[in-house]
Amino acid sequence: MAEKVGVYVCHCGSNIAGKVDVEQVAKWTGQHVKDVTVARDYKFMCSDLGQKLIEDDIKKEGLTRVVVAACSPHLHEKTFRRACSNGGLNPYLLEMTNIREHCSWVHSDRAAATEKAKSLVSAAAERVKWQQPLEPTYVDVNPATLVLGGGIAGLQATLELADAGHKVYLVERQPSIGGHMAQFDKTFPTLDCSACILTPKMSEAGQHENVTLLTYSELEEVTGSVGNFKVKVRQKARKVDYDKCTGCGVCVEKCPRKVLDSEFEAGMGTRKAIYVPFPQAVPRTPVLDTESCIWFERQRCGACRKLCPTDAIDFDQEDELLDLNVGNIILATGWKMFDCDQIPQYGYGRLANVFTSLELERMCNAAGPTAGKIVLRDGKTVPKRVAIIHCVGSRDIRHNAHCSAVCCMASLKFGHLLMEKLDAEVYSFYIDIRTNQKGYEEFYQRLLEEGMHFVRGKVSEVTDAARLPEEEGKLIVQCEDTLLGRQQRFPVDMAVLMGGMEPQTDARDVGLTCGISCSMAGFFTERHPKLDPVATMTDGIFVAGACQGAKDIPASVAQGAAAAARVQSMITRGKVMIEPIVATIDEENCSGCRICNNLCPFNAIDYDETRAVSHVITALCKGCGTCVSACPAQVITGAHFNNQQIFAEIEGVLWDAMQPTEATDASDTAEVSAS
Amino acid sequence: MKYAYYPGCSLESGSAAYDLSVRAVAEVLNIELEEIDDWNCCGATEYFTQDELVATSVIARNLALIRPDLRDVVAPCAACFLNLKKTDALMQDDPAMNAKINSALGAGGLHYDAGRVRVCHLLELLHTEVGEATLKEKMVQPLTGLRVAPYYGCQVVRPLGGLDNPEYPMKMDEMFKWLGADVVDYPVKAHCCGGHMTQISEDAAFELIRRLLQSAVDSKADLLLCMCPMCQLNLDAYQGRVNNFFNKDFQVPIIFFTQLLGVALGIDMQKLGFGKEIVGAEPIIQSRLAEQAAKANA
Amino acid sequence: MITETTEGHRSAFMREVMAETPGGEQLVHCLQCGSCGGSCPNGADMEFTPRAIFSMIAANRRHEVLASNTMWCCVSCYLCTTRCPQEIPITEIMYMLKRTSIAEGMATGTDAPALARTFTDLVEKHGRSFEFGLASRYYFFNKPMSLFKMGGMGFSMFTRGRIQLLPNKIRQVDQLQAIINKAKEIGGAS
Ligand SMILES: Cc1cc2nc3c(=O)[nH]c(=O)nc-3n(C[C@H](O)[C@H](O)[C@H](O)COP(=O)(O)OP(=O)(O)OC[C@H]3O[C@@H](n4cnc5c(N)ncnc54)[C@H](O)[C@@H]3O)c2cc1C
Ligand code: SF4
Ligand code: SF4
Ligand code: SF4
Ligand code: SF4
Ligand code: SF4
Ligand code: SF4
Repeated sequence: MAEKVGVYVCHCGSNIAGKVDVEQVAKWTGQHVKDVTVARDYKFMCSDLGQKLIEDDIKKEGLTRVVVAACSPHLHEKTFRRACSNGGLNPYLLEMTNIREHCSWVHSDRAAATEKAKSLVSAAAERVKWQQPLEPTYVDVNPATLVLGGGIAGLQATLELADAGHKVYLVERQPSIGGHMAQFDKTFPTLDCSACILTPKMSEAGQHENVTLLTYSELEEVTGSVGNFKVKVRQKARKVDYDKCTGCGVCVEKCPRKVLDSEFEAGMGTRKAIYVPFPQAVPRTPVLDTESCIWFERQRCGACRKLCPTDAIDFDQEDELLDLNVGNIILATGWKMFDCDQIPQYGYGRLANVFTSLELERMCNAAGPTAGKIVLRDGKTVPKRVAIIHCVGSRDIRHNAHCSAVCCMASLKFGHLLMEKLDAEVYSFYIDIRTNQKGYEEFYQRLLEEGMHFVRGKVSEVTDAARLPEEEGKLIVQCEDTLLGRQQRFPVDMAVLMGGMEPQTDARDVGLTCGISCSMAGFFTERHPKLDPVATMTDGIFVAGACQGAKDIPASVAQGAAAAARVQSMITRGKVMIEPIVATIDEENCSGCRICNNLCPFNAIDYDETRAVSHVITALCKGCGTCVSACPAQVITGAHFNNQQIFAEIEGVLWDAMQPTEATDASDTAEVSAS
Repeated sequence: MKYAYYPGCSLESGSAAYDLSVRAVAEVLNIELEEIDDWNCCGATEYFTQDELVATSVIARNLALIRPDLRDVVAPCAACFLNLKKTDALMQDDPAMNAKINSALGAGGLHYDAGRVRVCHLLELLHTEVGEATLKEKMVQPLTGLRVAPYYGCQVVRPLGGLDNPEYPMKMDEMFKWLGADVVDYPVKAHCCGGHMTQISEDAAFELIRRLLQSAVDSKADLLLCMCPMCQLNLDAYQGRVNNFFNKDFQVPIIFFTQLLGVALGIDMQKLGFGKEIVGAEPIIQSRLAEQAAKANA
Repeated sequence: MITETTEGHRSAFMREVMAETPGGEQLVHCLQCGSCGGSCPNGADMEFTPRAIFSMIAANRRHEVLASNTMWCCVSCYLCTTRCPQEIPITEIMYMLKRTSIAEGMATGTDAPALARTFTDLVEKHGRSFEFGLASRYYFFNKPMSLFKMGGMGFSMFTRGRIQLLPNKIRQVDQLQAIINKAKEIGGAS
């Protein structure tokens, strides 16, 4: 029995109709493509009325197949599948073809674009006839969630979910949760104490009955898909038994080995070989750093083990691999600072009194290495003049092209703190001052009132080569004051580099593990920059905070909460649909060569030893088709993409080449196609 | 190792010491340098201010004259090196310019395939291609006790030259550390010497020269090592006038780095062109090496 | 005040600079950050910093730019180019401005064009030059009095065999001249 195909060509306002003669396409399809019983064009197919057209035609005309020529299936395939269902047709008997992004938006010649649209529609109509009804499967959503990264964004997401009664595994690479916010003293624009607002959230996460805290741990592997991910987490050996340790701190106190702390203290302070990174750390369980411990160097000392009152120190402890089952994953891995020594003319690492912003944050912090005193590298001299250098490694196509969004505000914060604590003269060297969130411009005004100096010009160099007597022994900041149009030199005691925010070094690897992509800069790519900022192209994987792009604390918190809300709605729904577009192996004819087994990127092919054939695990298969094309016996079929469908589609595209004789009687189109 | 050699005009005249020492050093290190036959002046920066096509065609003639069996060309002078490199790069990147330049060359019966030879800097050759092991092996006179300030100048280390870190180059520093010298770190080692400003606006140029000499003196360097004839000329020949101008008393010997390398390799100082510099370098080198010998005997 | 032609949303002079400079298209990305102006070793002597020049180019102030001393202060040290966060070929733009300024006879008040001409004349005649000879010849014709200032220095150079009285001549000067003439005939930058 011949199929009855309905074809609907959308104008998309003028988006498509502006470049494609949609009426002609519809008319032509009705006349020239076999089995097309209905061919219409309509202003907005996605509108209620447009969908109604399809429903009614299915019912009245008895359509058995539907083609919609409109925008991308990413946008509206769901809409039109639903319309088919409402009309009583299996939704997989719909085919969408994209004559907007693939045609009207990318061409300028109207006649040629119209011809191309005809080919695309013809291809879809030929293929749809071979499509088969498919039934999606539904799986339960595991209500547990994995949050990767315990900075402020990850903490917010964790607490939202845990408070709603759901299980959360919070995985953090460092010995403590808290992220960068734990390093700060005050936070702009309100200058509230960072610890005061962060610590309660940290301890809540540490004690929450629904939260399993896995610190000093890394993500190893993710398999499965939305609703049912299987995750492997490596809990690195802390050499301290988490359950036995009471956090008394005796081991840390007695440990004789002191080393530079290049992580939490940004190289400004020291820690012991066995350490808790900072007093408010969660958990309080110390970590033994085997790289610096005397025991691991030459089997001596062992003081911590001898003195621990609960026998919690375990030198033989090994990394542990944990298998977790979760329904959703939220990535909140945050940012890292640009390596300021990549810009040699700023002298970081060579000129002692050039500091990074993180180093200054630590010095401002009362619990920091200098107990809140801001001093030069000698540990005692108080700087009287300080230069704050903006855009270090940001807005610079040699390093990071993007604006790091927070450093202008952080500069103002430093200006305030330096004037308040030291009564210093503070110079900000900026290209543009960016203060575009609530209360930020007001903060800028406040600093103008307080007397911070603003010089518009990207700093050219920081040097110790004095030219004038007043420059002797100082750092000289050289720049063009672009508002004066003159080269200027500013002798200062201290220069602070506002290093930009970059993605974590391993962000691309984490993305790969979770099956999501990164932008050119390396930040995780969201599903839609405006309408879907925390979801990703992979269902069940969400992003929040600075790992998605440079941002401040309020925005990170908002994203953490938003990601949690998205996960909650999945949990509430309880089930997710699994697309039936999967591969099947004709096991009768499988030779058992096992070629497909290792090719499947999703590990969805199992080998049945007893029957010596391969077998697709439907729940894991994503329908990518790799195995289909690889099978030497050609016994794997990809539903919705079988050979008949694809050949029909190709013949449809090449309709004019396929029927040279018929072209004469279709005189109206022959003219156009010749042009 | 065999390289085409482009000495350039300065090395024929004002900077003969550079030419002499390059050839002497090359001989000891078994580097064969074959001078390009009938090479012409590279035009320094002067043609580029007039006509880009003439500028690049004049330079390209030299590239075209390189014997087909040679793959690398060495040009010790910074301006020559950069001009050869820039022209070759332009010809590779810009097909229209490539065609025009070759059409000009054609008028002289010549042709150059862009990218055929690699333009190599002398420092790169000695530091990276000859390398630490060979230099140490051939060293007969360690430079222990001598405080040297390597001066890189501007153009060759910038990205176009691509030789080293453009702001804080280290290759010459490393090389002389291998040879036992006390290499001083001073902040202006890749700053500009004033170039041809000495001939256009003396005041401006003198200030640049003063900054360099001052920084060398502040770092207590015994002498300053150059790798460009223009730098050597500006810092050495103009030193007296800079002293008059600023009422200073700089006495900083300025020599080519290959001259001191030659000393380390045991080559006779006369053969290395010593004595041509205006602020004499021999006394300080002799006395430091003597101090060292005395210490060794004691 | 908007009086300039802005075809393609760029001033006429901006289009000219972009077309006549290798890599000049990048100029549209200038942030006006001043990194170039702050870096230039001769920045203090310039009437307008390179950054200011770029904003004048965008505003089509062709005459002011070509009559300025900015490009004549440039010694092609490439420091600005190394540091420009937008990879704008600043030094090459300075060369382009020098060429245009000479071609239109606007390079007054600087010795640089005459110096360049003396130098290239020498090359065209002999195929080689000599750096110190260059200076003395130039000063002899253009600033005879200043030779006295140089006196002592010239003498010490001479006694050390560092001054040649005549440049060397290459064998095939005619071949070089043919190339130069052909290049002049084809004309123009990229
Ligand atoms: C100098 C400076 C001052 C600032 N001051 C302010 C301010 O005053 N006010 C303000 O609003 N904003 C400020 N900010 C911005 C603020 O730091 C960020 O908005 C905030 O840190 C973003 O939080 P986050 O949770 O996304 O990332 P982070 O704080 O970076 O936290 C990410 C966490 O993830 C962990 N992690 C990373 N990768 C992995 C992995 N693979 N596996 C497991 N764990 C991982 C990290 O260890 C870290 O704990 C400042 C920024 C700078 C540079
Ligand atoms: S054994 Fe290691 S960690 Fe323990 S106290 Fe000694 S040095 Fe510190
Ligand atoms: S001494 Fe023992 S109980 Fe106390 S903090 Fe150290 S490991 Fe934990
Ligand atoms: S926020 Fe300010 S300092 Fe930071 S990159 Fe953007 S403009 Fe530069
Ligand atoms: S189509 Fe084949 S290769 Fe692709 S996911 Fe499914 S089983 Fe794996
Ligand atoms: S450094 Fe580059 S971006 Fe900045 S003002 Fe100069 S040309 Fe423009
Ligand atoms: S190249 Fe020219 S403009 Fe640029 S910094 Fe050097 S002298 Fe100044």
